[in-house]
Amino acid sequence: MSDFVAGKLVLADGTTFDGLLLNGLEGSGEVVFNTGMTGYQEVLTDPSYAGQIVTMTYPLIGNYGVNPKFDQARKSFVRGFIAAQLCENPSNWCEEGNIIHYLEQREIPCLSEIDTRAVTRKIRSYGAMEGRIVRAERNIAQVVAEIATHIIGTDLVAEVTTPEIYRIPFAGKAPHVIVMDFGIKRNILRSLSLYGCDLTVVPASTDAKTILALNPDGIFLSNGPGDPKVVTYAIETIKQLLGKKPMFGICLGHQLLALALGGDTYKLKFGHRGVNHPVKDFSRDRVYITSQNHGYVIDEKTVPLMDVTVTHRAVNDGTIEGMRHNQLPIFSVQYHPEAAPGPDDNVYLFEQFTALMKGGC
Amino acid sequence: MPKRGDLRKIMVIGSGPIVIGQAAEFDYAGTQACRALKEEGMEVVLVNSNPATIMTDTHIADRVYVEPLLPEYLEEIIAKERPDGLLATLGGQVGLNLAVKLAERGTLERYNVELLGTPLEAIKKAEDRELFKKAMQEINQPIPESDIVETVEGARVFARKVGYPLIVRPAYTLGGTGGGIVNSEEELDDVVERGLTHSMISQVLIERSVAGWKEVEYEVIRDAADNCIVVCNMENIDPVGVHTGDSIVVAPSQTLTDHEYQMLRSASLKIIRKLGVEGGCNVQYALDTKSTDYIVIEVNPRVSRSSALASKATGYPIAKVATKIAIGYRLDEIQNAVTGKTKACFEPALDYVVIKFPRWPFDKFIGADRELGTQMKATGEVMAIDRTFESALLKAVRSLEIKAHRLQLPAIAALTDELVYARLSRTDDERLFVVAEALRRGVDPAEISRITTIDPFFIDKIRRIVAMEQRVVNEPMTPQLMRAAKRCGLADRTIAELTLTPEAEIRSRRKRWNIIPCYKMVDTCAAEFAAITPYYYSTYAQEDEVQITDRRKVLVLGSGPIRIGQGIEFDYCSVHSVWALREMGVESIIINNNPETVSTDFDTSDRLYFEPLTIEDVMNVIEKEMPEGVIVQFGGQTAINLAAPLSRAGVKIMGTSLESIDTAEDREKFDAFLENLYIPRPKGASVTDAGAAIAAANRIGYPVVVRPSYVLGGRAMEIVYNEGDLRYYLTHAVQASPDRPVLVDRYMQGTEVEVDAVSDGNDVLIPGIMEHIERAGVHSGDSIAVYPPITLSDEIKNTIVDYTVRMARALSVKGIINVQYVVSDGKLYVIEVNPRSSRTVPFLSKVTKVPMINLATRAAMGQSLASLGYTTGLLDPVGYTAVKAPVFSFAKITQVDIALGPEMKSTGEVIGIDYHFERALYKAITASGIQIPDDGAILFTIADKDKQEAMATARGYSELGYRIVATEGTAKFFASAGIKVESVQKVSEGSPHILDLIRSGIIRMVVSTLTTGKLPEADGFKIRRSTVEHAIPCLTSLDTAKAVLDVLTVTRRRRLIYSMALQDFAGTAPHGRETK
Ligand SMILES: Nc1ncnc2c1ncn2[C@@H]1O[C@H](COP(=O)(O)OP(=O)(O)O)[C@@H](O)[C@H]1O
Ligand SMILES: Nc1ncnc2c1ncn2[C@@H]1O[C@H](COP(=O)(O)OP(=O)(O)O)[C@@H](O)[C@H]1O
Ligand SMILES: [Mg+2]
Ligand SMILES: [Mg+2]
Repeated sequence: MSDFVAGKLVLADGTTFDGLLLNGLEGSGEVVFNTGMTGYQEVLTDPSYAGQIVTMTYPLIGNYGVNPKFDQARKSFVRGFIAAQLCENPSNWCEEGNIIHYLEQREIPCLSEIDTRAVTRKIRSYGAMEGRIVRAERNIAQVVAEIATHIIGTDLVAEVTTPEIYRIPFAGKAPHVIVMDFGIKRNILRSLSLYGCDLTVVPASTDAKTILALNPDGIFLSNGPGDPKVVTYAIETIKQLLGKKPMFGICLGHQLLALALGGDTYKLKFGHRGVNHPVKDFSRDRVYITSQNHGYVIDEKTVPLMDVTVTHRAVNDGTIEGMRHNQLPIFSVQYHPEAAPGPDDNVYLFEQFTALMKGGC
Repeated sequence: MPKRGDLRKIMVIGSGPIVIGQAAEFDYAGTQACRALKEEGMEVVLVNSNPATIMTDTHIADRVYVEPLLPEYLEEIIAKERPDGLLATLGGQVGLNLAVKLAERGTLERYNVELLGTPLEAIKKAEDRELFKKAMQEINQPIPESDIVETVEGARVFARKVGYPLIVRPAYTLGGTGGGIVNSEEELDDVVERGLTHSMISQVLIERSVAGWKEVEYEVIRDAADNCIVVCNMENIDPVGVHTGDSIVVAPSQTLTDHEYQMLRSASLKIIRKLGVEGGCNVQYALDTKSTDYIVIEVNPRVSRSSALASKATGYPIAKVATKIAIGYRLDEIQNAVTGKTKACFEPALDYVVIKFPRWPFDKFIGADRELGTQMKATGEVMAIDRTFESALLKAVRSLEIKAHRLQLPAIAALTDELVYARLSRTDDERLFVVAEALRRGVDPAEISRITTIDPFFIDKIRRIVAMEQRVVNEPMTPQLMRAAKRCGLADRTIAELTLTPEAEIRSRRKRWNIIPCYKMVDTCAAEFAAITPYYYSTYAQEDEVQITDRRKVLVLGSGPIRIGQGIEFDYCSVHSVWALREMGVESIIINNNPETVSTDFDTSDRLYFEPLTIEDVMNVIEKEMPEGVIVQFGGQTAINLAAPLSRAGVKIMGTSLESIDTAEDREKFDAFLENLYIPRPKGASVTDAGAAIAAANRIGYPVVVRPSYVLGGRAMEIVYNEGDLRYYLTHAVQASPDRPVLVDRYMQGTEVEVDAVSDGNDVLIPGIMEHIERAGVHSGDSIAVYPPITLSDEIKNTIVDYTVRMARALSVKGIINVQYVVSDGKLYVIEVNPRSSRTVPFLSKVTKVPMINLATRAAMGQSLASLGYTTGLLDPVGYTAVKAPVFSFAKITQVDIALGPEMKSTGEVIGIDYHFERALYKAITASGIQIPDDGAILFTIADKDKQEAMATARGYSELGYRIVATEGTAKFFASAGIKVESVQKVSEGSPHILDLIRSGIIRMVVSTLTTGKLPEADGFKIRRSTVEHAIPCLTSLDTAKAVLDVLTVTRRRRLIYSMALQDFAGTAPHGRETK
């Protein structure tokens, strides 16, 4: 049976926030926040959160319980979870268990009964930072010292990508898409098949030769965790694939593409994480509400080097949210058109991809 | 596309009087709209018949027309003003219907006025059930099997096809007037009939019932470029079957998965796009509890009650944004006023829970049918915010001011287990309290959820509250337990009650343990971006966000939820007080919990605390902000009642002292006070048992006015004509007892007069006197008031001034005071003195152009009237007449007698202004919704005591060519006086009887006075009620009947439709004048 002990969140700068620690299980990682009011299970299982401690800004978490069908990956890769209040008695017709047991079974460190708004305000003003959720009695200075020396595994992609190649066949004639898995969400695969793609998912480390040998009609670069620059091998592979086949990248895939095209990326003060981010699509002169989860963005100054056109921008901070190559059949977005969690305003991008492979637009 | 250059002058339609289903939210929306337009440098022409609104202030709109909201008047105003555009989607259903009418009668085209925002086709597609059905089918959005019928037979046919239960809903009505769920053919027949009479186009929609499903609402906004966002979604704790206006609502939804949330979100966007709404829109869904099946219940293509709630719940100013869209802006071009950085094109993220709890009028309407259904009954609502559901719910309960500080009501606590269990299956205003009690009695939560169909999630939250109560009772109080209890939302008072400890001690112990609330900001973005709006709520957590300034600051208490007797006018006063303080360079802080109001708009005050108005919650804010003092004069009885506990806690009450307030409100002290001033009041006594009451009545002489001393608002107040009736009252209405004395006063037949005055303790300014059309005995809030007085002699007027000035000085009133008088046999008596602003202040301020609340606030802050250019005395009357008429919501509240008496029953008011008294009266009466027939039959059914007096009136009507119909007794009496009269059969005498005549539409108006006493007087009651069901005027006071007659006589000669802007009425410049 789950029991909660006094615990606290300690940030790199020594700031602490009190709460209750689930089963006394401690964890450390980069502390980030997500502003979605639903979709906690999708967030927990989004591989892009590998290496991070996720703070949910909405205070009531677990209200409608959990259900395997909402999982976005084979497991959760978060290093910790922070919520103001966890729901013991969830209610929804498709609820198959409560969030507390879910966290326990997966041994996800979790701090609850904590002032999540205070945490968020801290990160907002000082930027995402390393932190630890520990037992209350732990000595702060010592924890801070540990944080200073501790390094989160650099190549998080290696941790989350699929160990081996697998297929998601499409019944009937369909373009064959190679999905480079940097930590893909299930709903992206679901969406790709839904829009008529025959899928072969390959590990992030797969080289260009192998990929081309599978003679794809198109290549999809998935989302994933961490700093794109450390995934050098993937950048190399993408370079070699440029122009060979139509390409569509999402999130980390979008950043890797930029690096492969000779552009650069940098880290935001505190990323975009939530389901309410407005993005303007210039080709359609329309604003769409998007689901986002990224800490890095493409550097504005390097756009000319890439020979691309910026197709989407964040309405709030103007950062690049999407681009299209001026010569080659390549485009990418920084946000998550597949939703889950979040709005499905943007599924039209999958149509664009299939059209592109059919030699359209 | 940016703002359009071709729009210069824009007309905005307000929503008119407050009625059930359409309250203050539209003053809030309309005011925001006018501001947004002026911000863009446009000239604003506003039309609204409701004077108790901020939007009708002459600085909110450039041209303010306080005229009846009828097509004729709007056409006249349009012809005069020639606006370029019309903004009608912020005036509720009234505004929307008017726009449709104006378009249909070609007015808009004739004067080429463009309908801004949502186009007409969109409005029709959403409002006309047939078109709506078609539209939904085209984008395959599920709607329940339904049919439009125009006859009862048609309904039966459908019923045989689909089976029961069914729901009947009229087209084009607000608050579900005339709708309902039916389970049998009998029920079907009369609900359909009622629906048909109430529907503007005599159509009703009849459809399969999905009662019991989750009811979920989405607030959506779309711009002309087709950008769409969802501002907020809300889940009704009361499932489908209870009108959203009567449902306890939580935002955001709690029991929907991300998939379900997004499914309905996407549907909302599809719908708003299909309809082509440009601006705000509200979509209501029923969502199955066992699958992802859902149906679209309805779409409101306009700003609504829910959008006001959504705005306050998220901080997102829907009305403002909708307005900017209407004049051409795109969502991504509009600033998010809250962050000042981001754009309006985003979806707010909440990091707290919001609960809305309706406020019902059943405390006034004893005997009314409390069952909740598809027809709204609440007059107002409160909203509460916190970071736990439990605490938000308990804050809401505290905010209601129904004497409950937790989910417990004495009456329910007193029930046996069996009765509590039985009550669970009744859907009424007390259901949540019953649920809590059932949990206390150990009923299984699952069982409760099964019976009530309330989602287990919510039942479990209440269980947690009850469990916390039990911990507090059973465990020793420790800092840990105290903190847990506070986070769960238990009030100090609750903890005190449960631990049998004085509240003060709980509080001090809590503070000793440093368990104090901190305040967090409502910022639309869950703290993702820094926000600049000072809009706060309390919570027990680690970090407080409020930055205290060292400026001079004052706290203004709001008036809480809108209820009968305390309406929007008090919000008007709070807002003006706040503005006055800002003018004086004093930081204004407001505490209120009513989401419908302007006072809770984030940019009205310097700081807004959205909190219950209880001593604990208010003191918490005070200890945080340390204001110089508190102003309690403008928040109605709610604020006044806090004066004593606040000053006991050492807080300074600005203006009129607590002692003076007490003198005015305490019966004994007040009598003594008047004695000393030699000012007469009706003979009276305070008695503690029936015997003494009868003795007193005999001494004083009948008729007498009786009422319990411990309630205000005229509750349980009656005029009693003889000992028999008095005995009946004392046994059936109120028992007199030592701790609950009953007041017996001589009933003074005569003219009632009302005065509001501003005083600095020395000078006393009386902007004007209002005379009532109805004699004393009809509550001041329910009678037609005329400014300036029409029948009062100069002597009486001078006496009024003399008494008012002397009382104000003797009470050393610093601020505002309200006095009600009755003139009986040429002598003036004081009925009551209210040491606070009153219902009539907005009315009087507007017609006399004296900024009464501004002056009162300055006086309360210590400024002298002299320094403000005013002196003692009554101002010269302005050159025109203003008439205030009450508006009732009887159609929504069944089983209530509509006869006027000393208990207030109206929910709102309108005014008519004109240079001619009769025309002003005509405007007021028509604006109030009374449709005076031009011809046809008028039914008289008159109590014996009134027959003599009624005769002249009846004759008058007859001479104007109306057919006079009367019940036997009355008919004989009239005939004997040579009046041409037809007699009709009583209901008991069988068809064709009175009710048949009313139903068949032969009778166009009814004049019916109440037979004395409450002796069951079936017919009169039935007749009066049926006039409501059939929407024909029913006058229950002979004075009103006479006034209407006078109007008719005159208006037959004079042009009726004539309108003028407040700015154009040439009144005498307001300044004081010493009266000798
Ligand atoms: N098909 C239905 N079955 C059961 N209840 C319904 C149905 N349609 C509406 N209701 C209930 O009636 C209430 C009022 O209906 P609505 O269409 O919203 O009218 P209004 O215009 O008064 O808001 C709704 O809030 C809902 O609770
Ligand atoms: N002594 C009286 N004689 C005649 N009418 C009275 C008397 N007292 C009260 N009334 C009537 O009852 C109404 C309500 O009484 P009031 O004392 O003003 O209570 P409230 O606090 O509800 O305003 C008054 O507006 C007046 O019409
Ligand atoms: Mg509705
Ligand atoms: Mg009164």
